[in-house]
Amino acid sequence: MREYLISNFLAVAALSFGLANPAAAVDITGAGATFPYPIYAKWAEAYKQKTGVGMNYQSIGSGGGIAQIKAKTVDFGASDMPLKAEDLQQAGLVQFPAIIGGVVPIVNIEGIGPGQIKFTGPVLADIYLGKIKSWNDKAIADINPGVKLPVDPITVVRRSDGSGTSFLWTDYLSKVSPEWKTKVGSGTAVAWPEGVGGKGNEGVAAYVQRIKGSIGYVEYAYAKKNKMAHAGVQNKDGQFVQPDDTAFQAAAAGADWKNTPGMGVVLTDQPGKASWPVTGASYILMQAKQDKPQSAVEVMKFFDWAFKNGGKMADELDYVAIPDAVSKQIADAWKAQIKDASGKVLWN
Amino acid sequence: MPHDAAAVLPLSMSDERAPDAARASPPPPRHDTWGRWQDVLFENVTRFFALLVLGTLLAILVALAISAWPALDKFGPAFFFTNVWNPVKGEFGGLAAIYGTLMTSFIALLIGVPVSFGIALFLTEMCPPILKRPLGTAVELLAAVPSIIYGMWGLFIFAPLFGDYVQPLLTQTVGRLPVVGALFQGAPNGIGILTAGIILSVMVIPFIASVMRDVFEVVPPVLKESAYGVGATTWEVVWNVVLPYTKVGVIGGIMLGLGRALGETMAVTFVIGNAYKISAGLFEPGNSIASALANEFNEAADPVHRASLIALGLVLFVLTFIVLALSRMLIARLAKGEGART
Repeated sequence: MREYLISNFLAVAALSFGLANPAAAVDITGAGATFPYPIYAKWAEAYKQKTGVGMNYQSIGSGGGIAQIKAKTVDFGASDMPLKAEDLQQAGLVQFPAIIGGVVPIVNIEGIGPGQIKFTGPVLADIYLGKIKSWNDKAIADINPGVKLPVDPITVVRRSDGSGTSFLWTDYLSKVSPEWKTKVGSGTAVAWPEGVGGKGNEGVAAYVQRIKGSIGYVEYAYAKKNKMAHAGVQNKDGQFVQPDDTAFQAAAAGADWKNTPGMGVVLTDQPGKASWPVTGASYILMQAKQDKPQSAVEVMKFFDWAFKNGGKMADELDYVAIPDAVSKQIADAWKAQIKDASGKVLWN
Repeated sequence: MPHDAAAVLPLSMSDERAPDAARASPPPPRHDTWGRWQDVLFENVTRFFALLVLGTLLAILVALAISAWPALDKFGPAFFFTNVWNPVKGEFGGLAAIYGTLMTSFIALLIGVPVSFGIALFLTEMCPPILKRPLGTAVELLAAVPSIIYGMWGLFIFAPLFGDYVQPLLTQTVGRLPVVGALFQGAPNGIGILTAGIILSVMVIPFIASVMRDVFEVVPPVLKESAYGVGATTWEVVWNVVLPYTKVGVIGGIMLGLGRALGETMAVTFVIGNAYKISAGLFEPGNSIASALANEFNEAADPVHRASLIALGLVLFVLTFIVLALSRMLIARLAKGEGART
């Protein structure tokens, strides 16, 4: 009886192993940034329907994604903050952008609806530095003629967790305010001089919605879905712009992808009349030298498909797809950099 | 069955009777091999489980210490006494988080212990029998609510009400007193150290109250009745008879609550404000160790940042250990005092 059970068990194990193996060979796994998770999940679903190849993405955060791809436990990692060229070199990683999105300031001021208040970069920096303390400050009033601003004190709201959203926000503030750059700097988490921290976009949104006189920043898709009072921001060309897909696209179009190592362009404060100043791309990281060439090819096939067919899905979720010219450069980078153990090029 | 067999086969009756008789007397002690083996096996298995707990605890401590070493090595003891948390420059000091953890837990106990005492007292001494069961169940149910629910309730329901009505009132009344007044300052937006402490108190009350109720119930009625018999009031009975009799259990319950308050993560994250600040005002945002870990661990790519977070985890571990050790010492001292008095 016991022998029978054991042999039975072995048979089942062998069978399930045999069945699972071919599936494991084609399914691809990725881990990392939370910001692009909705669009990666949507692409994965559509791709699975079309090709039968599943993509399993775990949104464990950019830091986790970088660690996992370095440890080779996933086929690709994802990060909202581009890695520096020397870091890529050192870790033997290839980086390319996969999706673009925007971060918008949101406010809770009595009588002010979406798009009715405007800021300049330096004013935002001074608010986040705690130098501008009330809504009727002259600096805010000067750029908002005709808007009735209350005397209320300003409550600054920011992310408490490390996030790509915070990286874009602080990167932008660093670019427009020398004081911010020296005192605080940019990163997924920084030493915030002011304010309260909410966990996730939803945490920031909840604080802003319920604290009168507060200002925060969230991903555009999140602000739009929740009909929050977002604000306009002055861009590098001096134009006041409202956040929308075309403004994000404009920022991406003007960027110099080709000459930035690792395509690590941070799309904040880009030139262009229509550019939204707090735009950013989310990045994919892959091993340059592949132990599992088959999975690597599947990853590249997946993103190739997504660049060609995923634009509409990106629009629906208020992301912006990678411009065509950039996706061609990405394919070139794959050709040049991603190889199997014997040095054979995997993408052609 | 043997009897039937005996009836069918009368010839074998005498043969059948022998085992029957043996069965009637208690079975022979099987101290021979198998029985002894069972004992040895049982003892070792239970010992293994007990040691496993100890082993796991030690392993966690060692793992934490090793992972935290880069931070402790870099910042030294200053890590525990400085208040900087700058991931950009790679400078870390955990004082604000340690302060926040201790302060919120202290507030939680300050509110939670008297309320729990009242609940337990009412349930055991004064409650009409019809209410006893539903009230007791309600208290225990509170303990089963997941902490994230408390967090969401705190953020979406409690914080707005607290910020709009209670905080301005507190600032205008007790906030005007000297010394104590400084505690009740800050922007009345409903989140901060005090709110976190209050939410925590709601979370620890069911733990403390149900332990207190259980230990109050085991006080022998004869003790209480004797006290009532000599004319003691309910309060005197509780203070002079019930509490001294149950103090070990009561302290145990409080420590259980404190343990939960120190380590609580989600509910605190929602309402504490998550700012690395140490302010006199309890309305100001702060941070706690568990909340800092929950917030930052995901995106902490820099090794020193990660090590600093783990070092905070180590601090929490040691804090909890100290709390437990102190409560043990307190209980031991109380027990000793007991012996001396009688």
